[in-house]
Amino acid sequence: MGTGELSTLLAWGAVTAYAIALVAFSIDLARLADGLARPAEALGGRGQAAAAGDTVAAGAGAAGTTTMTPVATPVGTTSADLAGPSGDDGPEAAGGPGRSRRAVGVAMATTTLGLGLHVLAAVLRGIAAGRVPWANMYEFTLVGTLVAVATFLALCRRRDVRFLGSLVVGLVLIALGVGLAAFYVPADAVEPALQSYWLVIHVSIATIATGLLTVSFAASALQLLKDSRDRGSARLSAARWRLLDALPSTRDLEALSFRINAVGFVLWTFTIMAGAVWAEHAWGRYWGWDPKEVWSFVVWVVYAAYLHARTTRGWSGRRAAWFVLVGYATVIFNFTGVNLFFQGLHSYSGL
Amino acid sequence: MSEDYRPDGHAGGPYAETEPGAATPVALPRLGFVGTLRWTWRQLTSMRVALMLLMLLAVVAVPGSVLPQRPQDPAAVARYLADNPGLAPWLDRLGFFDVYASVWFSAVYILLFVSLVGCIVPRTRVHLRAVRARPPRTPRRFDRFPARGSAVVDAAPEEVVGAARRSLTGSVGLLPRFRVDDAVEAGGARTVAAERGYLRESGNLLFHLALLGILVSVATGQMLHYRGQALVVEGRGFANAVTDYDTFEAGTAFDPRSLVPFTLTLDEFTAEFTTDAAASPRDFVADVTVTEPGAEESVTSIRVNHPLTVGGAKVYLMGNGYAPELTVHDAAGELAFAGTVPFVPEDAQYLSRGVVKVPDVSTGEQVGLVGYLLPTAEVTESGARSVYPQPFDPLLVLTVWSGDLGLDDGVPQNVYELETTEMTQVLEEDGTPTTILVGLGETVELPGGLGTLTWDGLPRFMAVDLRYDPALPWILAFSIAALVGLSVSLFTPRRRLWLRVTEQDGRTVVDGAALARGDDLGLDGELDRVMDAVRALDGR
Ligand code: HEM
Repeated sequence: MGTGELSTLLAWGAVTAYAIALVAFSIDLARLADGLARPAEALGGRGQAAAAGDTVAAGAGAAGTTTMTPVATPVGTTSADLAGPSGDDGPEAAGGPGRSRRAVGVAMATTTLGLGLHVLAAVLRGIAAGRVPWANMYEFTLVGTLVAVATFLALCRRRDVRFLGSLVVGLVLIALGVGLAAFYVPADAVEPALQSYWLVIHVSIATIATGLLTVSFAASALQLLKDSRDRGSARLSAARWRLLDALPSTRDLEALSFRINAVGFVLWTFTIMAGAVWAEHAWGRYWGWDPKEVWSFVVWVVYAAYLHARTTRGWSGRRAAWFVLVGYATVIFNFTGVNLFFQGLHSYSGL
Repeated sequence: MSEDYRPDGHAGGPYAETEPGAATPVALPRLGFVGTLRWTWRQLTSMRVALMLLMLLAVVAVPGSVLPQRPQDPAAVARYLADNPGLAPWLDRLGFFDVYASVWFSAVYILLFVSLVGCIVPRTRVHLRAVRARPPRTPRRFDRFPARGSAVVDAAPEEVVGAARRSLTGSVGLLPRFRVDDAVEAGGARTVAAERGYLRESGNLLFHLALLGILVSVATGQMLHYRGQALVVEGRGFANAVTDYDTFEAGTAFDPRSLVPFTLTLDEFTAEFTTDAAASPRDFVADVTVTEPGAEESVTSIRVNHPLTVGGAKVYLMGNGYAPELTVHDAAGELAFAGTVPFVPEDAQYLSRGVVKVPDVSTGEQVGLVGYLLPTAEVTESGARSVYPQPFDPLLVLTVWSGDLGLDDGVPQNVYELETTEMTQVLEEDGTPTTILVGLGETVELPGGLGTLTWDGLPRFMAVDLRYDPALPWILAFSIAALVGLSVSLFTPRRRLWLRVTEQDGRTVVDGAALARGDDLGLDGELDRVMDAVRALDGR
C-alpha cells in the first residue's frame, strides 16, 4: 500500500472514531438533560460543584427557564468554568450534581483518537503529494475538519465546552465523509499556478479560519435553540429538547461564539489579503471578482455585519446569532457551491 | 453629547452592559429642509444603517458570481444574451453583466463609505480627547460591579498602593498596561483608579480609516494603471508601446508617453507535463532577454507566480501554445506568405485552433486556411485527436477557403476567425470539405490548385500580460494597517479597575472592583492579579 492509500485509510479511521464520539457525546447530553429533569436528586447530590451552578441547576430544572444574568449558568459550565481552566474539575464535578458523565469521557477519548488518526492522515497525504496537503477540495476538507476538531479540543483544555462536542464532531463527520466520498482525488503534485509559498500561507489560514468559524457556528446555533426554549417556544419545549437546559446560558454561548468569531474574522481578513497578494503574483491582478473572490467578499461582509450587529442597539443577542448562521452558510457555499457550480480561476477542486 | 461619542443606534457607552436596551422609538421630528437633511445624515451615519448597508453590500455582490460578467468573460455574456433573448437584454440594461461597475452596486458601497466617514470623523475627534483622559474617579460603592475582590494585609496602605501601581502598570514603562491614578479621599481612605484599553478605539479607527485608504488607493490605481496583453513567439521580440499590444487598456489619467520603451525577446519557452494521460501541467518557463533604454541587455526568465518587473511594470506569464512557422506559395509559385501563426490551445492536450490568412497572392483569389494543430497526433477512422501536449508527432489538419478575406474594407478583424462571407470552401466531390494533413517539414499541394503550403518549424509562443499600477504598495500598506487595527480593536480588552485601601484595627483592608466593556472573560483574572500582588506584600 502506498503512502497515499494509507492516508486515505487513516482518514476513514478518523471518521469511524468521530462517529463513535458523536454517539457518546449525544448520550452524554441526553443524560445531562435527564439529570436536569430531576432537580430534587440534583440538589441531594454531591453538591461539590460551584454554588452558583447548584442553585441555578435547580432553578432551571424546575422552572424550565433561565434568567439572563451571567452567573445563571446551569450545570456543567458555570461562568467560572468558561473563564478559567477546568483542569481540576473531573468529569464528575462538571457532570452536574449526582450524574456521572462517563459517556463524555468516552467521547473525548475517541475524539482525541480520531484527531490523532486525522493528523497522521494529513501528514501522510502531504508526504504522498510532496507538498502541503491542502491544494484541492478533498485536502481542504481533510485539513479544515482537522482544525475544527483541534480547535474544539484546545478549547476544552481551557474551559469546559464539551457540550459543543456533538455539534462540532457531527459537522466534521458529515464534512469529512462527504470529502472522502465525493471530493476525493489521488495525491499528486500541483499545476504551476499553485506552485507558490502562498499556497502554504493563504490556504492554511483559510482552513484554520473555516475550522474556527465552524466551532462558533455550533455555539451560535445552540444559543438560538436554547434561547427559543427559554422563551417557551412551543416546538422546543418538548421533552427531547431538554438537553438544551444543560447548556450554558445563552449569554455565555453568545460570548463564546463571539470570541471565536473574532479570531476567525481576523484570519479570514488575512486570508483575503493574502489571496489578493497571491492573485497579484499568479494572475496579474489583485482582485478580479472571480466567483471565489466574490463569495469570500460576501463572507467577510456578513461577518463584519455580525460584528456591527453585536454593538447595535436591539441587534445583539438573538439577531446577532442569526448573522453567524447566515455567515457560516456563506462560508460553506463559498467552499462547496463556488467550487462545484461556477467557472472561475479558483478551479482547484481537482474534480 | 458626552465624551463617548457613539454613532446613533450604537448600544450604550463604552462601559454599558451589553444587554440590549429597548430600541428607542423613532421620534418623528418636525422637518424643515435643514431638519430633513440633518435627520437623513443622522440616519445614514447610524449603526443600524451601516449594518443594513453591509448586508445589502453582501446581497448585491452575489449576482456577479452567478451571471457572466463582461470584464471577465465577454464571450460568455454574448452567449448568455443569445440564449436568453427575453430576459437577458433587461438584465443587460440594469447592469447585471457588469455588476461591480453598476449604478446600484456603486451606490451601496459609496453610501456605506459616506456613512463610514460620517461615523469616524466625530469618533476620531472624541477619541483624540479621550486618549489623554485620566481614569474615572473611584466610585463610592463597589457592590454593583461584576468583578470584586478584597484582601486584608499587614503592609502599610502606602505600600499597598505602590504594589498595586506596579502590578497595574507592568514592566514596560513606556507602554503601561494600565493608566493609574491614586488619591486620598476625605475620610482618609486611599484609592487607586486604573483604566486600560485606550488602544481599542484607536485600533478600531485605524481599521475604518484604512478601509477608506484602500478604497481611495484602488480608485487612484484605476485612474493611473495600464494593462496590455501581448503574444510573443520564440525568437521574436516585443516592444513596450501601445501599438505593440494585442489589447491595451488604461485609466483615464494614464499618459501613453510614460511607457518605458523596453524590449523583450522570448529566447526559449519550456513546458513540462506529467507523463500520465491527464498530462497535467507542471512547469512553464519563459527565458527572455530584456533591454531597457540606456541599460545592458539582461537575460532572465518569467514563470507563473514569478512575474518579471521591468520599466516599472510587471510582466505576467498568462498562457502559452504553438505558433507553426508556415510558408505559402500561390498558384503562380510566388511566395505569398511566410511567418508564424499562433494556434490557441483548446484542451489539456493542446489541441489548438488557428487561422492562416493569405491576402498577398500574386494571382487568383485570396486564400484562408482554418483548422487544428495536434502536437501528438493520433489519426483513426473517426478522426484525428491530440493525445499529449508535447510536440512528439505534430500534425496540422486544415480546410481551405478561397475568395475575399475582407481585410481591405478597414473593419478590424479577429485574427483567430476567418471571415467567410465572401469566401468559398474547397470541397470534395461528395460535398464534404477537403481536409489536408501536413506533417512538420512537409510541403503539400493546396487543393483547388491554390498553391502549396510548407510547414517549416514549430516554435512556441507565450501570452503575457503587462501591468502597471502605482497604487499597489499603497493598497498593501492600507491592508496591513487595516489588519493591525482590526486585531488591536478586537483583542484589546477595555477594563477599569479600582481599589480602596483603608486601615481597620491596625490592618490594611483592600477592596477592589473591576468593570469591562462588553463580554470579558479575563476580568476576574485581572483583578485577582492585582490582589495577589497586594497579598504578596505580606509574604516577603
Ligand atoms: C466599509 C464598511 C465597514 C466595514 C467593512 C466595517 C467593519 C468593521 C469591523 C470588522 C468592526 C469590528 C471591529 C470591532 O468590533 O472593534 C467594526 C467595528 C465598528 N464599526 Fe465598522 N465597518 C464599516 C462601516 C462602519 C460604519 C459606516 C460605521 C458607523 C456608522 C461603523 C462603526 C463601527 C463601530 C462604532 C465599531 C466598533 C464597535 C464596537 O463598539 O466594538 N463602521 N467595523
